[in-house]
Amino acid sequence: MSREAETAPQGSPAPASLPTRARAAAHTVLLRWLVLVLAVGIWELAARAHGSVYFPPPDRIARHVHELWFDGPARHLFLSSAAVDDILPSLGRMTAGFALAAVAGIVLGVAVGRSRRAYALTNPVLQFARAVPPPALVPVFVVVFAFGTPMQIASIAFSAVWPVLINTAAGVRNTDPLRLDVAAVLRLNTAERLWFLVLPSALPRIFAGLRLSLSLALILMVFSELLPGTANGIGFTLTEAQTRSDLLTVWAALVLLGALGYLLNTGLLAIEKRLIGRGRAP
Amino acid sequence: MSHATRTREQGTDRMLQLTAVGQRYGDHRVLHDITLTVPAGQLLCVVGPSGCGKSTLLRTIAGLLPAHEGTVTVDGAPVTGVPDSLAVVFQDYGRSLFPWLTVRDNVALPLRRRGLARAERRAESDRILDRVGLSGAARRHPWQLSGGMQQRVAIARALVCRPTLLLMDEPFGSLDAQTREDLEDLLLEVHRTDGTTIVFVTHDIDESVYVGDRVVVLSPGPGSRIVRDLPVRLPGRRDQIATRGLPEFVALRAEVGRAVRGGE
Repeated sequence: MSREAETAPQGSPAPASLPTRARAAAHTVLLRWLVLVLAVGIWELAARAHGSVYFPPPDRIARHVHELWFDGPARHLFLSSAAVDDILPSLGRMTAGFALAAVAGIVLGVAVGRSRRAYALTNPVLQFARAVPPPALVPVFVVVFAFGTPMQIASIAFSAVWPVLINTAAGVRNTDPLRLDVAAVLRLNTAERLWFLVLPSALPRIFAGLRLSLSLALILMVFSELLPGTANGIGFTLTEAQTRSDLLTVWAALVLLGALGYLLNTGLLAIEKRLIGRGRAP
Repeated sequence: MSHATRTREQGTDRMLQLTAVGQRYGDHRVLHDITLTVPAGQLLCVVGPSGCGKSTLLRTIAGLLPAHEGTVTVDGAPVTGVPDSLAVVFQDYGRSLFPWLTVRDNVALPLRRRGLARAERRAESDRILDRVGLSGAARRHPWQLSGGMQQRVAIARALVCRPTLLLMDEPFGSLDAQTREDLEDLLLEVHRTDGTTIVFVTHDIDESVYVGDRVVVLSPGPGSRIVRDLPVRLPGRRDQIATRGLPEFVALRAEVGRAVRGGE
C-alpha cells in the first residue's frame, strides 16, 4: 500500500519539489563519505609515515579482513570458513541475548508502566540495576552458569534488558490521558487497548531503549567472549590474536566489530522508521 | 424531519436523567446540585463561561468520572462505567484520533467488540465515512487531513456503533467559521435522520441556539448550577443565513447571552 500514490493532503504545506530534495540529500551523503575517506586517508598516511608494527595502515587491515573472512565462495555469500566459525557464533549469541532482553524488557516494561503504583515502587530498583556497569556482572554469571554459551547469552540479556524495560515503562506511563478516555468510551478491552493505543504510543520510547540495548549487547558479546571457556567468536579471535602478538588480526577484528555495530544499528533504525514513520506526521 | 420529531417532549421518555449531581476535585467544588432530564431524541446544548465545569459534566455523564453526589441514569440504568450505546466526540480531534491507524481503522475500532468480521467492519466504516463526506479519505492517516476533516472522522467513529446518546465536548471549538458551519449542519442532518439524543457542550452562544432544541446555561464556577433552561422554538430545518436572521433567534441569543454573563 503506497501512500505516495494518493493525492497530497490538503492541510499540509506543499513539500519541496522532489529534485531539490533529492539533490540536498545526495549532497549530504556525498559530504559524509568525503569525511570518512578523508579520515581513512589521514590514518593511512600517518600509519605509513610512522611505520610501527602496532599500527598497520588501513589498506593492510582491509586486505587482512578480506583474506580472513570474505574470500569464500559466492554461494557462501563470500564468507570464508573462518568467518562462519568466528562471526556466526558471535552473532548467534548476541541475537539470542538481545531478543531475550527485548521481549522481557517490553513485557515487563508494559506491566510496570501500566500501574502508577508499580512504576513508583520499582523505579528506584530499576535505576539501580541500570546503573551497575554490565560487564561487572559477568563474573556473577560465570559462577551461576559456568563458562560457555548459556553464560554468555545470560550476560548479554541481563545487561541489555534494563534500557528497554525502563524506556518501555516510561513510554507506557506517558500514554495521553485523553486517548485513554477515548479507549474507555470506545470500550476497548485490555488487549485492544494495549495493541491499538498503549504500544503504538510507547513505540518511540521502546525503540530508544532498543537502540541503547543493542549497543550494550554488542559490548557484552565481545566481553563475554574474552573470558576463558570460549572456543570461537570475534572476541575469542581478538584475544587469541593478541596472545600471538598478531596486531593485524586484532585491528581486523576491531574493524569488523565496528562494521557489525554500524550495520545492526542501521537495521534497527530501518525497522523503527518502518513501524513509526507509518503513523506519524513527518 | 418535522419540528415535532426534533423537540419531542415525552415526560416518561427519559434518555438521560441527572438527579442532584455534584462533583468536586478535593476541596474545589465544580458542579452543584445539577438536576436535568433529557428526553429521547432531544438535542440539548449546555453553555456556560469557560471553566464552569461543562466538560466535567460531560465526563460524569459518560461514566469516565464517578458522580461525587447524586445519580446519573442513561436509558433508565444507573451509570457506573461507560454506558453501552453511548458515544463521545472530544474537542481535540488531533489527540482523540489514533495517528498510527488509517482513517478507516480509526472508525472501525469500536466495531470490534460487536464481533463483526473484518470485511463487515470495513464495509460499515466505509458507509459511515461516506455519510460524513469522507469517502475518499479511508486509507489516509488522520494527520494528513485538515482539522475539519479530522473532526468528521471523529464524528464517524462516534456514529459507527449507532449510539442512542451522543455527547459532544465543544466539538467545533477549534475550527474556522466556515468549517464549523458545515459541521453544525452535518450534525443537524444526523440528528434529524437518526433521532439520536445529543448533549452538546459549547461556549459559543450563537452555536447553542442554532443547533439546539433546548439550551441549558451553567453559572460560573466554583459550584456551577443550572441557571437557565430554555426551549428553542425555531423551525426544525435550520439554515445558516435565514435562521440566524430570525427575530426569535436574535431574542433567544440575547437571553442566553445575558444568562451566561451572570444575569439570571
